Amino acid sequence: MEYINLVFEEIYKILFLLVPVLVSVAMIVWLDRRVWAFVQKRQGPNVVGPFGLLQSLADALKYIFKEIIIPASSNKIIFILAPIITMTLALIAWAVIPFGEEKVLANINVGILYIFAVSSLGVYGIIMGGWASNSKYPFLGSIRSAAQMVSYEVSIGIIIINVLLCVGSLNLSDIVLAQQNIWFIIPLFPMFVIFFISALAETNRPPFDLPEAEAELVAGYQTEYSGMMYAMFWLGEYANILLMCALGSILFLGGWLSPIDLYPFNLIPGAIWLILKILLLFVLFALVKAVVPRYRYDQLMRLGWKIFLPLSLTYVVLTASYLFYFNLLPTI
Amino acid sequence: MKITRFFKTIFMVDFITGLLIALREMFKTKKTINYPFEKGKISPRFRGEHALRRYPNGEERCIACKLCEAVCPAQAITIESAERSDGSRKTTRYDIDMMKCIYCGLCEESCPVDAIVQGPNFEFSTETREELYYTKEKLLDNGDRWENILAANIKSDNPYR
Repeated sequence: MEYINLVFEEIYKILFLLVPVLVSVAMIVWLDRRVWAFVQKRQGPNVVGPFGLLQSLADALKYIFKEIIIPASSNKIIFILAPIITMTLALIAWAVIPFGEEKVLANINVGILYIFAVSSLGVYGIIMGGWASNSKYPFLGSIRSAAQMVSYEVSIGIIIINVLLCVGSLNLSDIVLAQQNIWFIIPLFPMFVIFFISALAETNRPPFDLPEAEAELVAGYQTEYSGMMYAMFWLGEYANILLMCALGSILFLGGWLSPIDLYPFNLIPGAIWLILKILLLFVLFALVKAVVPRYRYDQLMRLGWKIFLPLSLTYVVLTASYLFYFNLLPTI
Repeated sequence: MKITRFFKTIFMVDFITGLLIALREMFKTKKTINYPFEKGKISPRFRGEHALRRYPNGEERCIACKLCEAVCPAQAITIESAERSDGSRKTTRYDIDMMKCIYCGLCEESCPVDAIVQGPNFEFSTETREELYYTKEKLLDNGDRWENILAANIKSDNPYR
Protein backbone atom coordinates (compact mmCIF):
# COMPACT_ATOMS: atom_id res chain seq x y z
CA MET A 1 0.00 0.00 0.00
CA GLU A 2 2.73 2.39 0.95
CA TYR A 3 4.49 1.56 -2.27
CA ILE A 4 1.42 2.48 -4.34
CA ASN A 5 1.09 5.75 -2.46
CA LEU A 6 4.67 6.56 -3.29
CA VAL A 7 4.07 5.87 -6.97
CA PHE A 8 0.99 8.08 -6.99
CA GLU A 9 2.86 10.84 -5.22
CA GLU A 10 5.48 10.77 -7.94
CA ILE A 11 2.81 10.80 -10.64
CA TYR A 12 1.17 13.82 -9.03
CA LYS A 13 4.52 15.56 -8.94
CA ILE A 14 5.13 14.81 -12.60
CA LEU A 15 1.69 16.07 -13.56
CA PHE A 16 2.22 19.17 -11.45
CA LEU A 17 5.29 19.90 -13.57
CA LEU A 18 4.12 18.70 -16.97
CA VAL A 19 0.71 20.33 -17.12
CA PRO A 20 2.06 23.86 -16.51
CA VAL A 21 4.86 23.20 -18.99
CA LEU A 22 2.43 22.09 -21.69
CA VAL A 23 0.09 25.00 -21.02
CA SER A 24 2.96 27.44 -21.13
CA VAL A 25 4.12 25.88 -24.39
CA ALA A 26 0.71 26.71 -25.83
CA MET A 27 0.89 30.24 -24.44
CA ILE A 28 4.40 30.69 -25.72
CA VAL A 29 3.31 29.86 -29.26
CA TRP A 30 0.74 32.62 -28.94
CA LEU A 31 3.37 35.01 -27.57
CA ASP A 32 5.72 34.12 -30.40
CA ARG A 33 3.14 34.85 -33.06
CA ARG A 34 2.01 38.00 -31.30
CA VAL A 35 5.52 39.45 -30.97
CA TRP A 36 6.24 38.55 -34.56
CA ALA A 37 3.05 40.29 -35.66
CA PHE A 38 3.74 43.36 -33.54
CA VAL A 39 7.16 43.86 -35.07
CA GLN A 40 5.50 43.74 -38.49
CA LYS A 41 2.77 46.11 -37.24
CA ARG A 42 0.07 43.48 -37.53
CA GLN A 43 -2.49 42.54 -34.91
CA GLY A 44 -1.57 38.89 -34.56
CA PRO A 45 -3.98 36.30 -33.16
CA ASN A 46 -6.40 38.27 -30.98
CA VAL A 47 -9.83 36.74 -31.47
CA VAL A 48 -9.94 33.46 -29.53
CA GLY A 49 -10.24 34.25 -25.84
CA PRO A 50 -8.89 37.37 -24.12
CA PHE A 51 -6.15 38.89 -26.33
CA GLY A 52 -6.32 35.67 -28.36
CA LEU A 53 -4.69 33.74 -25.52
CA LEU A 54 -6.62 30.59 -26.36
CA GLN A 55 -5.52 30.58 -29.99
CA SER A 56 -3.14 27.69 -29.44
CA LEU A 57 -5.87 25.62 -27.82
CA ALA A 58 -8.09 26.22 -30.84
CA ASP A 59 -5.21 25.20 -33.08
CA ALA A 60 -4.61 22.06 -31.04
CA LEU A 61 -8.29 21.20 -31.27
CA LYS A 62 -8.11 21.59 -35.02
CA TYR A 63 -5.08 19.30 -35.20
CA ILE A 64 -6.86 16.65 -33.15
CA PHE A 65 -9.74 16.52 -35.62
CA LYS A 66 -7.48 16.37 -38.66
CA GLU A 67 -6.78 13.10 -40.35
CA ILE A 68 -3.39 11.53 -39.75
CA ILE A 69 -1.96 10.62 -43.12
CA ILE A 70 0.68 7.92 -43.17
CA PRO A 71 2.44 7.74 -46.55
CA ALA A 72 2.19 4.34 -48.19
CA SER A 73 5.91 4.01 -48.74
CA SER A 74 6.90 5.10 -45.26
CA ASN A 75 8.27 2.93 -42.51
CA LYS A 76 5.15 3.07 -40.40
CA ILE A 77 6.50 2.20 -36.97
CA ILE A 78 9.37 4.68 -37.11
CA PHE A 79 7.14 7.25 -38.77
CA ILE A 80 4.73 7.15 -35.84
CA LEU A 81 7.50 6.88 -33.27
CA ALA A 82 9.39 9.99 -34.43
CA PRO A 83 7.04 12.74 -33.16
CA ILE A 84 6.47 10.81 -29.94
CA ILE A 85 10.21 10.67 -29.30
CA THR A 86 10.68 14.34 -30.13
CA MET A 87 7.98 15.44 -27.72
CA THR A 88 8.91 13.02 -24.95
CA LEU A 89 12.56 14.05 -25.04
CA ALA A 90 11.62 17.70 -24.99
CA LEU A 91 9.46 17.13 -21.92
CA ILE A 92 11.58 14.76 -19.82
CA ALA A 93 14.42 17.26 -19.72
CA TRP A 94 12.19 19.48 -17.57
CA ALA A 95 12.56 17.00 -14.70
CA VAL A 96 15.80 18.55 -13.52
CA ILE A 97 14.95 22.24 -13.97
CA PRO A 98 14.88 23.77 -10.48
CA PHE A 99 12.11 26.29 -9.80
CA GLY A 100 13.47 27.15 -6.39
CA GLU A 101 15.56 25.69 -3.64
CA GLU A 102 14.46 22.04 -3.34
CA LYS A 103 11.62 22.77 -5.81
CA VAL A 104 12.78 20.30 -8.40
CA LEU A 105 11.35 17.00 -9.58
CA ALA A 106 14.67 15.12 -9.74
CA ASN A 107 17.56 16.78 -7.97
CA ILE A 108 20.23 14.61 -9.56
CA ASN A 109 23.82 15.71 -9.17
CA VAL A 110 24.60 15.52 -12.91
CA GLY A 111 21.59 17.58 -13.95
CA ILE A 112 23.32 19.60 -16.63
CA LEU A 113 24.79 16.46 -18.15
CA TYR A 114 21.32 14.91 -18.18
CA ILE A 115 19.83 17.91 -20.01
CA PHE A 116 22.69 17.89 -22.46
CA ALA A 117 22.25 14.19 -23.13
CA VAL A 118 18.50 14.44 -23.57
CA SER A 119 18.66 17.43 -25.88
CA SER A 120 21.31 15.63 -27.94
CA LEU A 121 18.94 12.70 -28.30
CA GLY A 122 16.40 15.13 -29.73
CA VAL A 123 18.14 14.82 -33.10
CA TYR A 124 16.95 11.22 -33.31
CA GLY A 125 13.30 12.20 -33.49
CA ILE A 126 14.04 14.44 -36.43
CA ILE A 127 16.27 11.97 -38.24
CA MET A 128 13.74 9.19 -37.74
CA GLY A 129 10.94 11.41 -38.99
CA GLY A 130 12.88 12.42 -42.07
CA TRP A 131 14.12 8.95 -42.83
CA ALA A 132 10.86 7.10 -42.24
CA SER A 133 8.90 9.49 -44.45
CA ASN A 134 10.73 8.00 -47.45
CA SER A 135 10.48 11.24 -49.36
CA LYS A 136 13.18 13.58 -50.57
CA TYR A 137 12.42 16.85 -48.79
CA PRO A 138 11.98 15.37 -45.33
CA PHE A 139 15.17 13.39 -45.83
CA LEU A 140 17.23 16.41 -46.88
CA GLY A 141 15.69 18.45 -44.08
CA SER A 142 16.50 15.87 -41.46
CA ILE A 143 20.09 15.56 -42.68
CA ARG A 144 20.53 19.31 -42.46
CA SER A 145 18.95 19.37 -39.07
CA ALA A 146 21.18 16.60 -37.76
CA ALA A 147 24.34 18.29 -39.01
CA GLN A 148 23.24 21.62 -37.59
CA MET A 149 22.29 20.32 -34.17
CA VAL A 150 25.48 18.29 -33.83
CA SER A 151 27.64 21.29 -34.75
CA TYR A 152 26.03 23.67 -32.33
CA GLU A 153 25.86 21.15 -29.53
CA VAL A 154 29.66 21.18 -29.51
CA SER A 155 29.81 24.89 -28.80
CA ILE A 156 26.98 24.69 -26.27
CA GLY A 157 28.87 21.93 -24.48
CA ILE A 158 32.00 24.04 -24.27
CA ILE A 159 30.02 27.05 -23.06
CA ILE A 160 28.57 24.88 -20.32
CA ILE A 161 32.13 23.89 -19.38
CA ASN A 162 32.81 27.60 -18.84
CA VAL A 163 29.99 27.80 -16.37
CA LEU A 164 30.94 24.55 -14.70
CA LEU A 165 34.48 25.86 -14.17
CA CYS A 166 33.03 28.70 -12.13
CA VAL A 167 30.64 26.48 -10.19
CA GLY A 168 32.44 23.22 -9.61
CA SER A 169 29.25 21.17 -9.71
CA LEU A 170 27.00 19.64 -12.35
CA ASN A 171 23.89 20.06 -10.21
CA LEU A 172 21.58 22.77 -11.55
CA SER A 173 20.61 23.97 -8.08
CA ASP A 174 24.27 24.37 -7.21
CA ILE A 175 24.80 26.30 -10.43
CA VAL A 176 22.05 28.73 -9.44
CA LEU A 177 23.28 29.06 -5.86
CA ALA A 178 26.79 29.82 -7.11
CA GLN A 179 25.38 32.96 -8.74
CA GLN A 180 24.20 34.53 -5.48
CA ASN A 181 26.96 37.14 -5.59
CA ILE A 182 27.09 37.79 -9.28
CA TRP A 183 25.16 36.34 -12.20
CA PHE A 184 27.36 34.58 -14.70
CA ILE A 185 26.05 36.81 -17.47
CA ILE A 186 28.45 39.53 -16.25
CA PRO A 187 31.79 37.69 -16.19
CA LEU A 188 30.81 35.36 -19.05
CA PHE A 189 28.90 37.80 -21.23
CA PRO A 190 30.45 36.70 -24.57
CA MET A 191 29.58 33.14 -23.66
CA PHE A 192 25.99 34.16 -22.99
CA VAL A 193 25.74 35.69 -26.46
CA ILE A 194 27.20 32.59 -28.07
CA PHE A 195 24.96 30.39 -25.96
CA PHE A 196 21.93 32.35 -27.08
CA ILE A 197 22.83 32.08 -30.76
CA SER A 198 23.70 28.40 -30.40
CA ALA A 199 20.38 27.83 -28.67
CA LEU A 200 18.66 29.41 -31.66
CA ALA A 201 20.49 26.98 -33.94
CA GLU A 202 19.92 24.06 -31.60
CA THR A 203 16.15 24.56 -31.62
CA ASN A 204 15.96 25.23 -35.37
CA ARG A 205 14.72 28.76 -34.84
CA PRO A 206 15.23 31.53 -37.38
CA PRO A 207 17.77 32.58 -38.59
CA PHE A 208 18.91 28.95 -38.40
CA ASP A 209 15.66 27.28 -39.43
CA LEU A 210 17.30 25.65 -42.43
CA PRO A 211 15.79 22.20 -41.82
CA GLU A 212 12.39 23.69 -42.57
CA ALA A 213 13.42 26.36 -45.05
CA GLU A 214 10.15 26.49 -46.95
CA ALA A 215 11.71 28.03 -50.05
CA GLU A 216 13.94 25.00 -50.52
CA LEU A 217 12.58 22.11 -48.54
CA VAL A 218 8.80 22.58 -48.28
CA ALA A 219 8.61 22.00 -44.52
CA GLY A 220 11.70 19.86 -43.99
CA TYR A 221 11.25 16.76 -41.88
CA GLN A 222 7.64 17.70 -41.07
CA THR A 223 6.52 17.61 -44.70
CA GLU A 224 4.75 14.26 -44.58
CA TYR A 225 3.25 14.74 -41.15
CA SER A 226 -0.28 15.85 -40.50
CA GLY A 227 -2.82 16.13 -37.73
CA MET A 228 -1.81 15.34 -34.18
CA MET A 229 1.58 13.98 -35.23
CA TYR A 230 2.52 17.31 -36.73
CA ALA A 231 1.24 19.02 -33.61
CA MET A 232 3.48 16.83 -31.50
CA PHE A 233 6.54 17.86 -33.49
CA TRP A 234 5.45 21.41 -33.02
CA LEU A 235 4.87 20.99 -29.30
CA GLY A 236 8.23 19.31 -28.93
CA GLU A 237 9.92 22.12 -30.80
CA TYR A 238 8.44 24.79 -28.58
CA ALA A 239 9.04 22.75 -25.43
CA ASN A 240 12.67 22.59 -26.54
CA ILE A 241 12.78 26.33 -27.06
CA LEU A 242 11.33 26.86 -23.61
CA LEU A 243 13.87 24.43 -22.19
CA MET A 244 16.71 26.32 -23.84
CA CYS A 245 15.37 29.58 -22.39
CA ALA A 246 15.17 27.93 -18.96
CA LEU A 247 18.71 26.60 -19.33
CA GLY A 248 19.92 30.04 -20.37
CA SER A 249 18.32 31.68 -17.37
CA ILE A 250 19.69 29.04 -15.00
CA LEU A 251 23.21 29.09 -16.39
CA PHE A 252 23.60 32.82 -16.88
CA LEU A 253 20.72 34.77 -15.35
CA GLY A 254 20.73 33.33 -11.85
CA GLY A 255 17.76 30.97 -12.15
CA TRP A 256 15.26 31.56 -9.38
CA LEU A 257 17.36 34.23 -7.64
CA SER A 258 15.92 37.74 -7.55
CA PRO A 259 17.99 40.39 -9.32
CA ILE A 260 18.49 42.39 -6.12
CA ASP A 261 18.56 40.75 -2.72
CA LEU A 262 16.50 43.50 -1.12
CA TYR A 263 13.24 43.61 0.80
CA PRO A 264 10.42 43.97 -1.78
CA PHE A 265 12.11 41.72 -4.32
CA ASN A 266 12.78 38.96 -1.78
CA LEU A 267 9.09 38.36 -1.20
CA ILE A 268 8.40 37.34 -4.80
CA PRO A 269 8.75 33.55 -5.03
CA GLY A 270 11.73 32.21 -6.94
CA ALA A 271 9.59 30.35 -9.45
CA ILE A 272 8.13 33.67 -10.62
CA TRP A 273 11.59 35.11 -11.13
CA LEU A 274 12.58 32.07 -13.15
CA ILE A 275 9.43 32.34 -15.27
CA LEU A 276 10.07 36.05 -15.84
CA LYS A 277 13.63 35.32 -16.96
CA ILE A 278 12.44 32.55 -19.26
CA LEU A 279 9.87 34.93 -20.73
CA LEU A 280 12.49 37.62 -21.25
CA LEU A 281 14.72 35.22 -23.12
CA PHE A 282 11.79 33.93 -25.13
CA VAL A 283 10.74 37.41 -26.20
CA LEU A 284 14.30 37.85 -27.40
CA PHE A 285 13.94 34.57 -29.33
CA ALA A 286 10.73 35.85 -30.90
CA LEU A 287 12.24 39.23 -31.74
CA VAL A 288 15.21 37.61 -33.42
CA LYS A 289 12.79 35.55 -35.50
CA ALA A 290 11.12 38.74 -36.66
CA VAL A 291 14.32 40.62 -37.38
CA VAL A 292 16.87 38.44 -39.11
CA PRO A 293 16.87 36.71 -42.50
CA ARG A 294 17.72 33.03 -42.85
CA TYR A 295 21.38 31.95 -42.98
CA ARG A 296 22.84 30.09 -45.91
CA TYR A 297 23.92 26.56 -45.05
CA ASP A 298 27.66 27.11 -45.50
CA GLN A 299 27.44 30.29 -43.44
CA LEU A 300 25.72 28.33 -40.70
CA MET A 301 28.46 25.72 -40.65
CA ARG A 302 31.18 28.37 -40.78
CA LEU A 303 29.64 30.20 -37.85
CA GLY A 304 29.42 27.01 -35.82
CA TRP A 305 32.80 25.46 -36.47
CA LYS A 306 35.07 28.36 -37.38
CA ILE A 307 33.83 31.08 -35.07
CA PHE A 308 31.86 29.76 -32.10
CA LEU A 309 33.96 26.69 -31.42
CA PRO A 310 37.35 28.50 -31.32
CA LEU A 311 35.85 31.44 -29.43
CA SER A 312 34.30 29.31 -26.72
CA LEU A 313 37.42 27.15 -26.47
CA THR A 314 39.56 30.25 -26.01
CA TYR A 315 37.19 31.46 -23.36
CA VAL A 316 37.47 28.14 -21.52
CA VAL A 317 41.25 28.58 -21.41
CA LEU A 318 40.86 32.19 -20.29
CA THR A 319 38.36 31.35 -17.55
CA ALA A 320 40.39 28.41 -16.33
CA SER A 321 43.65 30.35 -16.21
CA TYR A 322 41.97 33.31 -14.53
CA LEU A 323 40.42 31.11 -11.87
CA PHE A 324 43.66 29.19 -11.39
CA TYR A 325 45.90 32.27 -11.24
CA PHE A 326 43.77 34.08 -8.68
CA ASN A 327 43.16 30.83 -6.82
CA LEU A 328 39.39 31.12 -7.21
CA LEU A 329 38.76 27.58 -8.34
CA PRO A 330 35.65 26.28 -6.58
CA THR A 331 36.28 23.59 -4.02
CA ILE A 332 33.24 21.38 -3.87
CA MET B 1 37.23 50.59 -43.24
CA LYS B 2 38.01 46.94 -42.83
CA ILE B 3 38.76 47.45 -39.15
CA THR B 4 35.39 49.11 -38.54
CA ARG B 5 33.70 46.27 -40.36
CA PHE B 6 35.55 43.79 -38.15
CA PHE B 7 34.48 45.46 -34.93
CA LYS B 8 30.96 45.86 -36.22
CA THR B 9 30.82 42.12 -36.81
CA ILE B 10 32.34 41.25 -33.46
CA PHE B 11 29.94 43.41 -31.48
CA MET B 12 27.00 42.58 -33.79
CA VAL B 13 26.23 46.27 -34.26
CA ASP B 14 23.97 45.71 -37.25
CA PHE B 15 22.04 43.00 -35.47
CA ILE B 16 21.50 45.09 -32.35
CA THR B 17 20.43 48.08 -34.44
CA GLY B 18 17.90 45.86 -36.16
CA LEU B 19 16.66 44.54 -32.84
CA LEU B 20 16.20 48.07 -31.51
CA ILE B 21 14.31 49.10 -34.62
CA ALA B 22 12.07 46.07 -34.17
CA LEU B 23 11.46 47.04 -30.54
CA ARG B 24 10.57 50.58 -31.59
CA GLU B 25 8.20 49.38 -34.31
CA MET B 26 6.45 47.04 -31.87
CA PHE B 27 4.81 49.91 -30.04
CA LYS B 28 3.62 51.86 -33.06
CA THR B 29 0.03 51.85 -34.25
CA LYS B 30 -0.92 48.73 -36.13
CA LYS B 31 -1.47 48.97 -39.85
CA THR B 32 -4.00 46.15 -39.93
CA ILE B 33 -7.60 46.14 -38.67
CA ASN B 34 -9.74 43.60 -36.86
CA TYR B 35 -11.56 42.68 -40.03
CA PRO B 36 -14.95 41.27 -39.10
CA PHE B 37 -15.32 43.81 -36.31
CA GLU B 38 -13.96 46.88 -38.04
CA LYS B 39 -13.84 47.44 -41.76
CA GLY B 40 -11.65 49.47 -44.01
CA LYS B 41 -12.95 52.45 -45.97
CA ILE B 42 -14.35 51.64 -49.41
CA SER B 43 -14.20 53.96 -52.40
CA PRO B 44 -17.56 55.13 -53.85
CA ARG B 45 -16.46 53.48 -57.07
CA PHE B 46 -16.10 50.09 -55.39
CA ARG B 47 -17.55 47.35 -57.58
CA GLY B 48 -19.21 44.88 -55.26
CA GLU B 49 -22.53 43.09 -55.26
CA HIS B 50 -25.01 44.14 -57.92
CA ALA B 51 -28.30 45.88 -57.26
CA LEU B 52 -31.25 47.09 -59.36
CA ARG B 53 -32.44 50.51 -58.27
CA ARG B 54 -35.90 52.08 -58.23
CA TYR B 55 -37.14 55.60 -58.67
CA PRO B 56 -38.28 57.35 -55.49
CA ASN B 57 -41.90 56.59 -56.40
CA GLY B 58 -41.16 52.87 -56.36
CA GLU B 59 -41.00 52.34 -60.13
CA GLU B 60 -38.18 50.22 -61.43
CA ARG B 61 -35.52 52.20 -63.25
CA CYS B 62 -34.62 49.42 -65.66
CA ILE B 63 -36.08 49.94 -69.14
CA ALA B 64 -34.91 46.62 -70.56
CA CYS B 65 -32.61 48.23 -73.14
CA LYS B 66 -30.30 45.21 -72.74
CA LEU B 67 -27.16 47.33 -73.07
CA CYS B 68 -25.72 45.66 -70.00
CA GLU B 69 -26.47 42.24 -71.40
CA ALA B 70 -24.72 43.20 -74.63
CA VAL B 71 -21.68 44.74 -72.98
CA CYS B 72 -21.16 42.08 -70.35
CA PRO B 73 -17.81 40.42 -71.28
CA ALA B 74 -18.56 37.34 -69.20
CA GLN B 75 -22.10 37.05 -70.55
CA ALA B 76 -23.36 36.73 -67.02
CA ILE B 77 -26.55 38.75 -67.55
CA THR B 78 -29.77 37.35 -69.05
CA ILE B 79 -32.69 39.70 -69.73
CA GLU B 80 -36.17 39.06 -71.09
CA SER B 81 -38.62 41.90 -71.57
CA ALA B 82 -42.29 42.48 -72.30
CA GLU B 83 -44.64 45.41 -72.71
CA ARG B 84 -46.53 46.24 -69.61
CA SER B 85 -50.23 47.22 -69.54
CA ASP B 86 -49.33 50.94 -69.36
CA GLY B 87 -47.26 50.61 -72.53
CA SER B 88 -43.82 50.82 -70.95
CA ARG B 89 -41.14 48.22 -71.65
CA LYS B 90 -40.04 46.40 -68.52
CA THR B 91 -38.00 43.33 -67.78
CA THR B 92 -39.74 40.09 -66.98
CA ARG B 93 -36.49 38.42 -66.19
CA TYR B 94 -33.18 39.90 -65.07
CA ASP B 95 -30.67 37.25 -64.00
CA ILE B 96 -27.04 37.66 -63.11
CA ASP B 97 -24.86 34.62 -62.70
CA MET B 98 -22.60 35.91 -59.96
CA MET B 99 -20.09 33.15 -60.60
CA LYS B 100 -19.63 34.19 -64.21
CA CYS B 101 -19.45 37.87 -63.30
CA ILE B 102 -15.96 39.34 -63.29
CA TYR B 103 -16.99 42.55 -61.51
CA CYS B 104 -15.67 44.76 -64.32
CA GLY B 105 -18.37 47.38 -63.83
CA LEU B 106 -19.26 47.66 -67.52
CA CYS B 107 -22.95 47.00 -66.85
CA GLU B 108 -23.06 49.92 -64.46
CA GLU B 109 -21.12 52.01 -66.96
CA SER B 110 -23.45 51.22 -69.85
CA CYS B 111 -26.73 51.71 -68.02
CA PRO B 112 -28.49 54.86 -69.31
CA VAL B 113 -30.80 55.14 -66.30
CA ASP B 114 -28.46 54.11 -63.45
CA ALA B 115 -30.60 51.05 -62.82
CA ILE B 116 -28.00 48.29 -62.50
CA VAL B 117 -25.23 49.35 -60.12
CA GLN B 118 -22.50 47.66 -58.16
CA GLY B 119 -22.73 48.46 -54.50
CA PRO B 120 -20.24 48.49 -51.65
CA ASN B 121 -21.19 45.03 -50.37
CA PHE B 122 -18.51 42.39 -50.86
CA GLU B 123 -19.58 39.94 -48.17
CA PHE B 124 -22.18 37.89 -50.01
CA SER B 125 -20.52 34.50 -50.00
CA THR B 126 -22.93 31.59 -49.92
CA GLU B 127 -22.77 27.93 -49.09
CA THR B 128 -24.36 26.69 -52.28
CA ARG B 129 -23.88 27.49 -55.93
CA GLU B 130 -27.60 28.05 -56.53
CA GLU B 131 -27.72 31.02 -54.20
CA LEU B 132 -25.35 32.87 -56.49
CA TYR B 133 -27.74 32.83 -59.48
CA TYR B 134 -29.25 36.22 -58.73
CA THR B 135 -32.78 36.87 -59.96
CA LYS B 136 -34.63 40.12 -60.53
CA GLU B 137 -36.30 39.94 -57.11
CA LYS B 138 -32.98 39.47 -55.36
CA LEU B 139 -31.41 42.34 -57.27
CA LEU B 140 -34.32 44.70 -56.59
CA ASP B 141 -34.21 43.66 -52.97
CA ASN B 142 -30.51 44.54 -52.88
CA GLY B 143 -31.34 47.87 -54.45
CA ASP B 144 -33.91 48.63 -51.77
CA ARG B 145 -31.54 47.63 -49.00
CA TRP B 146 -28.53 49.64 -50.19
CA GLU B 147 -30.40 52.56 -51.85
CA ASN B 148 -29.10 55.25 -49.48
CA ILE B 149 -25.49 54.29 -49.91
CA LEU B 150 -25.85 53.64 -53.64
CA ALA B 151 -27.40 57.06 -54.25
CA ALA B 152 -24.73 58.77 -52.16
CA ASN B 153 -21.97 56.91 -54.01
CA ILE B 154 -23.32 57.80 -57.43
CA LYS B 155 -23.71 61.41 -56.38
CA SER B 156 -20.18 61.68 -55.00
CA ASP B 157 -18.70 60.02 -58.07
CA ASN B 158 -20.73 62.11 -60.51
CA PRO B 159 -18.27 65.04 -60.94
CA TYR B 160 -15.60 62.65 -62.20
CA ARG B 161 -17.73 60.95 -64.87
